[in-house]
Amino acid sequence: MPRHCHDLSETIEIPAGKRSLVLVGNPNVGKSVFFNELTGRYVDVSNFPGTTVEIHKAAYGEDILMDTPGVYGVSSFNDEERVARDIILHADTVINIVDALHMERDLFLTQQIIDMGIPTVVALNMMDEAEESGITIDVEKLSKLLGVPVIPTVAVTKKGIAELKGAITKASLGNADPRLEEELKKISMDGISRADALLVLEGDEEVARCHDLVPQPLREEIYLRRRLRVNDIVEQVATDVNVNKKWNKKLGQWTVRPLTGIPILFAALYAMYWFIGVFIAQTVVEITEEVIMDGLYGGFITSFIFRFVNEESFLGELLAGEFGMLTMAPIYLLGLLLPLVIGFYLALSVMEDSGYLPRLATLVDRMLTGLGLNGRAVIPIILGFGCVTMATITTRLLGSKRERFIATVLLGVTIPCSAQIGVIVGLIAPLGFKYFIIYFLTIFITFVAIGTLLNRVLSGESTHLLIDLPPLRLPRIKNVFAKTYTKSLAFMREAAPLFVLAAVVITLLQVSGALSWLQDVISPLTVGWLRLPRETTTAFIMGIMRRDFGAAGMYGMALTPAQTLIGLVTITLFVPCIATIMIIVKERGWKEGSYIWVGSIVTAFLVGGILARIIS
Amino acid sequence: MTTLDQVKRGQKIEICRIPDEIIRAQAIRFGVAEGAIVICSEKLPAGPVVISKGHQELAIGRGLAKKIDVRIAS
Repeated sequence: MPRHCHDLSETIEIPAGKRSLVLVGNPNVGKSVFFNELTGRYVDVSNFPGTTVEIHKAAYGEDILMDTPGVYGVSSFNDEERVARDIILHADTVINIVDALHMERDLFLTQQIIDMGIPTVVALNMMDEAEESGITIDVEKLSKLLGVPVIPTVAVTKKGIAELKGAITKASLGNADPRLEEELKKISMDGISRADALLVLEGDEEVARCHDLVPQPLREEIYLRRRLRVNDIVEQVATDVNVNKKWNKKLGQWTVRPLTGIPILFAALYAMYWFIGVFIAQTVVEITEEVIMDGLYGGFITSFIFRFVNEESFLGELLAGEFGMLTMAPIYLLGLLLPLVIGFYLALSVMEDSGYLPRLATLVDRMLTGLGLNGRAVIPIILGFGCVTMATITTRLLGSKRERFIATVLLGVTIPCSAQIGVIVGLIAPLGFKYFIIYFLTIFITFVAIGTLLNRVLSGESTHLLIDLPPLRLPRIKNVFAKTYTKSLAFMREAAPLFVLAAVVITLLQVSGALSWLQDVISPLTVGWLRLPRETTTAFIMGIMRRDFGAAGMYGMALTPAQTLIGLVTITLFVPCIATIMIIVKERGWKEGSYIWVGSIVTAFLVGGILARIIS
Repeated sequence: MTTLDQVKRGQKIEICRIPDEIIRAQAIRFGVAEGAIVICSEKLPAGPVVISKGHQELAIGRGLAKKIDVRIAS
C-alpha cells in the first residue's frame, strides 16, 4: 500500500466533491491580481502546515481556488517551493500565469506542470508590456505546441479575465516530453501519480522518501531537455523586434550602478522614512493613539470597568491598569501598531510590486558579503527600520540557516524600529549633531562587528547572490491595497494574542512586586558600569516589553548629554521587544531565541559601558 | 576560457560550466543553461555581475561568478 504523502492539514484540505484549482506562476507575474479578480472578497489566509508560508484560499463557484508562492519550478530547493509543490501535487487543474515578456523563463514551469500530467490552462499575462517592448506572440501556435488553452491577458485592466474563466473547464493535459514515458516506467507506477513519479525521476528526495523510492539522478538531463524544448517553442511563437529602450530599462540600469544607485537608494529611504517615520508615526498615530484610542476609548473603558471592579484590586489592574488587557493592549495594538503596520505594508507592497528590491539587493551585495550575508538580506534589514518583528519574519527568504541566524541577530540587536527611532530622535536632536554622529557610528560599528564576528565563528558557508531582476514597473494601486489588507490582517491576528499575553505578564510582575525587585537587582549594572542614575533601571525593564518604551522611559530624567547618549545606545542594542522575541522563538526555536536575547543584553551593556569610558 | 568575474561590461559570452548542481538547476530554469549565449550588462565594483539574455536579467554574486567558466563569444 502506498503511504499517504505530503499530507495537507485541515487548513488546506479540499472538501470532498470539490475540485482544487491552483494558481501557479513565477514570482512577479501578477498571480495575486488574478487571485483577487477571480475570487473577490472572501479570501482565507492561513499558514501552510509546518512552515510560515502564507496560503490564500477562496471559493470559486463549486470549486476551491488556491494561490501558491511564486516559484521558477516544482522541486524542494526552499520552503516556498515545497509548499507550491505539495499544493500542485494535489491540484485537479492548474491555472498557470505566464509573463509574456519572460516566456523563456516562465514556460519552463509550464512545461514541467504539463510533464507532471496535470490539466492546465495558461494565462499569458502582461501582453501590453510585451507589445510595448516589441514582442509579438503567436498565441494560437503557442497553444498548439503546449497542447493546452492559452489566454492572452492584461490582468490589471481585467483584459482576458472573462475568457480565462471560460477556459478553466477546457484545461487539458498538454504535450509532455515524449522521452519521459520510457523513463517513467523505471518508477513503479503502483499507487503513485505521474506527477509524483516525475518528481522522483527529477531527484526530489522528499517525494521519493514518502513513496519508499530512491530519488533518480535524472534531474539535469530532464531539465536540459525541457530547457531546449521551451527555447524551441519560444523561438517558433515569438518575434522580438528590438525597439528603443524604454524608461524602465534605463532606470533599471541606474538603480544597480553605484554612482546613480546609491543616490536613488537614499531618495527611496528618505521617502519611506518620511511616509512611515513622520507621516504615519507622528501625524496619524497622534490621532489614532492619543485622540481615539487613549482619549476616547481609554477614558470610556476605564470608567466602564471601574464601575464594576475596584480600581485597586488585582482584577482591576489586570483589566484596566497601567498594563491592562483592555487598556494598554488594545490602545497600543490598534492605536499605535496598526497604523504603523498598514503604513509599512503599503510601502513594502510598493517596493515589491515595482521590482526595486532585487536591484537593491544587487547594489548592496558586496557590502553584505563581509557580514556573512548576500544582497538578499537587505530586504529584512530595510524592513527592520519599520518594524523588527515583521522584518524577522522575512528572514525566511534568505538562502541558508546561517544567513537567517546572522540576519535575525543583526535585526534583534542593532536595528531600531520606527517607534524607537521616533523617541530616539526626540531625545538626541536637542543635544546637537555631534551626539547624533556618535550614536550613529556606535550602532553602525556594532552592526558591522557582530556581522563580521558571526561570519567568522559560525560554521558552514553562506549562499551567493543569484537573483532574477524583473523589469521596473509602476505599482498598481488596487493590488498594493489588496496586499496591504491581507498582510495587515494576518499580522494583527498573530500579534493580538501576544499583546494581551504581554499585558498579563507585566501586570503580574508589577502586582507581585517582582518589578521593583528587578530594579534593585539590575541597578549595580546601570549605576556602576554605565554610570547612569539609578532610575534608568526602570527604562530597561520597560524596554524588555517594547523597544520604544525603554527609550521613552528616559524622557523626563535629569541626564547629562553624555548620559543620554550612553542610555540611548544601550537601550537600542538592548533586547528586542516581546513581540519580536516571540517571533524569533517561533522562527528559530527556543535555543537560538535565548542566545539572541541574552546576547543582546551582553552586547548592550558591553558597548554602553565602553562608550561611557571613552566619552567621559 | 575564463571565468565570469573577468568579463567586461558589454561583452557577449558563452556560459561553459556552472559548478554547483543546485545552482545549475536554477540557472537552467532561468534560461541560462551551460552553452547559453548571454551579455554581461552590468558589473559592480567587486560586486555582482549582471547578465542578460533577451529580456531576462540575472544578478550573480562575485563569489559565484568566480566559479562560473565562460568563453568570450565576441
